[in-house]
Amino acid sequence: MIPTSYYLILAGIIFTIGALGVLVRRNALIIFMCIEMMMNAVNLTFVALSRQWGSLDGQVFVFLIMAVAAAEVAIGLAIVMGIIRHRDTTNVDRIHLLRW
Amino acid sequence: MEWVLFALFSLAALGGGVGVVLSRNAVHSALFLLLNFASMAMLYLLLGAQFLAMAQILVYAGAIVVLFIFVVMLIGNERVDDVVARERTMLRIVALILALLFLGGGTYALVMGRQASPAGAPEYGSIQAVGHLLYTRFLLPFELASVLLLAAMIGAIVLAGRTRPPLGRPKE
Repeated sequence: MIPTSYYLILAGIIFTIGALGVLVRRNALIIFMCIEMMMNAVNLTFVALSRQWGSLDGQVFVFLIMAVAAAEVAIGLAIVMGIIRHRDTTNVDRIHLLRW
Repeated sequence: MEWVLFALFSLAALGGGVGVVLSRNAVHSALFLLLNFASMAMLYLLLGAQFLAMAQILVYAGAIVVLFIFVVMLIGNERVDDVVARERTMLRIVALILALLFLGGGTYALVMGRQASPAGAPEYGSIQAVGHLLYTRFLLPFELASVLLLAAMIGAIVLAGRTRPPLGRPKE
């Protein structure tokens, strides 16, 4: 059986890659994808620790996180579509007005 | 064998993650994200969470990535780089090998996860066990999640659905 720490290290690395992507990339869609990746890394820690303690609570939590992630993506992509409709850009540096 | 699978899927997950950040084309990023999500599902299988692995593939790989690709293609400001035919056949072979690896590894991980489950009924990580917990101890969060999804659905329709004069701009 693979030790839980390996899963935690892997999740940490993936989370870091996602955070790096959020900081480095300027396309709103790519930033979104990186946020999803970070969520997934956290989910992996939940599942790994859930096995570690022999309890299913962590898995239920991951299930709820998935529901929230789906809602978040639906709303977020709708907002991105709206921004593109008005400002014709996905560059987050050029989206700096609360109203227009 | 378990170590080989862990190494394979974690490398695929890491490669997918790096690909999302580094690739210039947003469609490629979305596909790398798919690779990341799929290998995550396989890691869930290795951890004995069968139900979550399936949910991961359905929700993340099935719905979220498709949404991303939809939006990227609706925007359509991405460079379309044409792949020459020779490379394409190469890609086909690589894709076939990768798909077989994922299929075989997933099946093996499923069997391993079953064996790895701690003693006690019902099976750890199965739909039955998780579902029982969802409908007893976590009933309220579960129902709240459905309300949240409904709100998100309505919100998305309102935000992206029809074109109308934007709020706050004076009519001319």
